[in-house]
Amino acid sequence: MRTLPRPRGPLSSALLNLLERDDPSRAPELADRMEQSPVDPDIFFDEDLQLCLFVLYELHYSGFDSVADRWEWNTDLLQLRSRIEERFETRIMQSIPAIPRVEANAQSVAEALSAMVEAAPGRSVADFVARRATIDQVREFLVHKSIYQLKEADPHTWAIPRLGGRAKSALVEIQGDEYGNGLPGRMHSQLFARTMAGLDLDGEFGAYIDRIPAIVLASVNLMSLFGLQRRHRGAICGHLAIYEMTSSLPNAKYARGFRRLGFGAPVTDYFDEHVEADAVHEQIAARDLAGGLVEAEPQVAGNVFLGAAAALLLDGLAGTWQVDTWESGATTLLPAAEVPA
Amino acid sequence: MSATPGTSITLCPHGPLLVRGDFELLDAMGLTVDPRRGTVALCRCGGSLIKPFCDGTHKLLEFQAPDPTAARAPNIDDHPRSPT
Repeated sequence: MRTLPRPRGPLSSALLNLLERDDPSRAPELADRMEQSPVDPDIFFDEDLQLCLFVLYELHYSGFDSVADRWEWNTDLLQLRSRIEERFETRIMQSIPAIPRVEANAQSVAEALSAMVEAAPGRSVADFVARRATIDQVREFLVHKSIYQLKEADPHTWAIPRLGGRAKSALVEIQGDEYGNGLPGRMHSQLFARTMAGLDLDGEFGAYIDRIPAIVLASVNLMSLFGLQRRHRGAICGHLAIYEMTSSLPNAKYARGFRRLGFGAPVTDYFDEHVEADAVHEQIAARDLAGGLVEAEPQVAGNVFLGAAAALLLDGLAGTWQVDTWESGATTLLPAAEVPA
Repeated sequence: MSATPGTSITLCPHGPLLVRGDFELLDAMGLTVDPRRGTVALCRCGGSLIKPFCDGTHKLLEFQAPDPTAARAPNIDDHPRSPT
């Protein structure tokens, strides 16, 4: 990212200050400061903690232009990250429904994932975009999506060396498509940047970080939480299966919404591509990736379903919040110049 | 390495036909249809708006694919004809 985000509370202020000053001697006090901060029962909506997590994870992706690369493996920052993750994981475990127990075969895993999708609560952003969203609201929709879609597929790619056989082959097959099958212009992240350009939005990753609220960051942080840790290799596969299984039909609706507002190619290319690609990916992800992994390592089945349930939970919360906010006539973006308390 | 066929077609339960490997997709005139990716999902429910490719509509239609093993023992009574 070009610039560091603005702080959103005491912990993110301390963290960003540390990175800006490039002063590792002050890093040890950060984890202590985290312990002193009040426990917010809803870390999903905690602006300060979700922004800290986002910044700490981003050090592992493309980093920040002004921050030295060596911060990625600073042990004090890793400790801080681990403490925030502990609260994040606890909250997730408290909020998801019971994990299904199924036979360790691909078909049973795929069926259980489908049943989870069917049962998932949450309001549909896709229906809202298809039928009712204004031009300002679809621009907000793209801004929220940009914090993942401009690096689409990256968090799941971390899992590749941790898998073997059928599951690995399936993940590489899906990711190959996500990254354009050798054609950079077909990378899904680049298709998304062209969609943004069509609505006069900045397609540089992180350009809108200061406008994107905690619940949206939480849904992206979730992927990094699972993707960066071997113990969550099941969860990141379950997460991807859910993303692929809930993509084709919503993307057709997004495309319809943008056409209703008068847009065509290349703005709609991103959504049209996902209708077709994800109809393929959902079959591979549910059966060969998640199912193949459970067949090879039955002990990670619970972790696969945890990842699936967490994906549905956070996207459900974010979607419901987004539609409720739009219906109330308000903006879903954080204020441009103010820093929330 | 085990010998694997050059092309595989997976019957996804209540979903599309997943075609992997070396294949060519041709229209009725014999012209190539660009598959745009290595593995494609071909519509089996008939409801896709982007045929021949799948767009997930089978889920909305609650498409029930026939049991693939049943197709091996065709019974004339299973094929109702329109009255003449």
